[in-house]
Amino acid sequence: MALSGIEIFKLLPKTNCKKCGHPTCLAFAMKLAQRQESVDLCPDISEDSRRILGDAAAPPVRPTALGFGSGAVKMGEETVLFRHEKKFVNPCALAVEVKDTLPEDEALRIVNDVLTSGIDRIGQRLEIDAIVVTNASDDPAVFEGLVRAVAAKAPDIPLILSTGDPAAAEAALKIVADKKPLLYGADDSNAELMAKLAVAYDVVLGVRAKGPEALSALTEKIRALGVEDMVIDPGPAGAAEILRDNTLIRRAAVKKNFKPLGYPVITFAQRDDQMLETLIASLCIAKYSSIVVLSGAERWRNLALFTLRQNIYTDPQAPMQVEQKIYNIGEPSEDAPLIVTTNFSLTYFIVSGEVENSRVASRIAIMDCEGMSVLTAWAAGKFTAPRIARFIEESGVGDNLKNRELIIPGYVAILSGALEEKLPGWKITVGPREANALPAFLKTLNR
Amino acid sequence: MAFAAHKESFAGRVYEMAAGGAGQAVFGGASALPLHLFEGPVPNRPLIAYEIQDVFPDDWPDAVSSVYKDVSHDPAAWAGFCQDELKAKAIALRLIGTHPDREDRTPDEAAKTVGSVLDSISVPLIILGSNSIEKDGPVLIAAAEAAKGRSCIIGKAQESNYKTIAAAAMANNHKLIAMSELDVNLAKQLNILISQMGFDKERIVTDPMCSALGYGIEYTYSVCERIRLAALAQNDPTMQQPMLGDVGMHTWKVKEAAAPEPDMPLWGAERERGIAWEAVTAAAVLLAGADMLIMRHPAAVGALEKFIDELFTIKG
Repeated sequence: MALSGIEIFKLLPKTNCKKCGHPTCLAFAMKLAQRQESVDLCPDISEDSRRILGDAAAPPVRPTALGFGSGAVKMGEETVLFRHEKKFVNPCALAVEVKDTLPEDEALRIVNDVLTSGIDRIGQRLEIDAIVVTNASDDPAVFEGLVRAVAAKAPDIPLILSTGDPAAAEAALKIVADKKPLLYGADDSNAELMAKLAVAYDVVLGVRAKGPEALSALTEKIRALGVEDMVIDPGPAGAAEILRDNTLIRRAAVKKNFKPLGYPVITFAQRDDQMLETLIASLCIAKYSSIVVLSGAERWRNLALFTLRQNIYTDPQAPMQVEQKIYNIGEPSEDAPLIVTTNFSLTYFIVSGEVENSRVASRIAIMDCEGMSVLTAWAAGKFTAPRIARFIEESGVGDNLKNRELIIPGYVAILSGALEEKLPGWKITVGPREANALPAFLKTLNR
Repeated sequence: MAFAAHKESFAGRVYEMAAGGAGQAVFGGASALPLHLFEGPVPNRPLIAYEIQDVFPDDWPDAVSSVYKDVSHDPAAWAGFCQDELKAKAIALRLIGTHPDREDRTPDEAAKTVGSVLDSISVPLIILGSNSIEKDGPVLIAAAEAAKGRSCIIGKAQESNYKTIAAAAMANNHKLIAMSELDVNLAKQLNILISQMGFDKERIVTDPMCSALGYGIEYTYSVCERIRLAALAQNDPTMQQPMLGDVGMHTWKVKEAAAPEPDMPLWGAERERGIAWEAVTAAAVLLAGADMLIMRHPAAVGALEKFIDELFTIKG
């Protein structure tokens, strides 16, 4: 558990010197407890206290990078168990496994699926983040060959080298160490040799043991061998154990600041049944895995899992927003309706979905209202006649229209008079209150 | 420093409920966080009900309506198919055709449909209105009377029409679904209002309002988690009702579930995508605490049942 304000206060000089910018040491201690300030602001703290506070201030789940450079995926740094308490920090990486027992062209086809997996959703680029190359052949030369081929085909994507054989691991590391792959893994039988490799090649080490207790003993042993960065796998046998192990590990890290389990978790979600695998991966996304390993990069599954990950890792205090602009639905002509609404992502999705359902080609003017829905934005003074008028004018959308007519949400019908004053030459039409009435409304528009 | 498993036990407990008669399709009853079998009692599997409706499902996308094409012209045949062929453990009949903007069927017609469906099944029945605030009252009064003696679950009672619907449920010995809109306090308040009418709080199912994956599932997810935490940690008797996830209705109307692959080539196979959309939405609300789900596609239900099998199997 992180230290309380009072516990921190006892470690400070108690001089109230104000050099940290706070009126008293107690006030500074309270800021430290909330992780809003750094202990470095205190010039007079003792080295012992600085070390204790530094350890306590470190995130309960160690920040760790998967891969290198701009393609690296950040993991760890999580601080809570429930997303309503505080935003989950680093969205889990989705990885796809290729085994070295596959024919090489088959393996590279899967790699190609990964490379072409990207889609855009609400302004975010979503894609498979990493490739696991697994030494299922037990032959170091075969493993080395596939690692070389994968790295050549996908030079920028983070790699996870999955082998329990230190000889195979070293052969692969010699080729790709500069890409900072995750070396998975160490277990009780090979810990010394794997730890030595992780130190020598400066890579993150994946550590596996059955259950949180054995796992914590093993990470302590490996840490004593000089390895700082680890990813851990409690080897769950099924969904119930994934939920149990991941929960107990996250609790130990967050509630007890238990360092031996304060590492990102990797979970292997593969199942013979693709739909079941999709649900196992969903469990991993919702419940604390930092890397989820899948058997393939099927587009239908990627879309569902990317979306779930985006939803679960959304900041509960900051609604998802879409970009302010004029969105075309279908191919709107100069006669097409123009609808204005706010940029709350759900508002956008629902309105654009209903307009699509109507099959009436239209323009939707999405206005930046800090992600608020229509009524909230109106009440907060973000969705007002002057602001809407300025947005519509600055967008220049009127130039694309034969008749300047703007449809406003029924909930803000009250704005129509003021808008007609602010937008001379425009006709303001009050649309339905609820988006689900849009198809009927658009079909009856007389044009 | 040795590892000590930090397990949590709670004073609070979710009410256990049987859909249908005693011992039939029991759900709820947990005194642990959702599916946390490793640290507390989770006596029952979540119950999945197959959704059917009183009119031909021309508003469902082909991917799911085609499954029922031979039976969906007749609600009784449809219900029988779900029970006998798909091994449904419960059926949810949505009287969508009573909505004034649709077929505007009368309460009498709704009652006849309920009667014919009940004649064709022995598994428990959930009876849902069309979500018309004004019409659901008279429709569900007639439906509740037609289902007297079968111990159904009827709904949804909302803040603006709960009195009529709760009274109909009480008079005919049914359980009640209380729906509020994605807000912990509104859910609690509605449970209190309904209890104050003399309705047994242990016969209420809370519907905190479902959302589809990609369309607000994170709100449903967090509201469910917070309701369940209030039930367990705060031992709040007005939050201990089992929760419903009305999944199918919300998922099969979104673009991702139904868009043809040629229109959206980056989204992949249409059939699997629709099933996954419903199954992942259902899995998320299950993990957040739902005790009962209403779903449409048999392949999505099948995947959920396998998922639940794994969640109820602790080996090591």
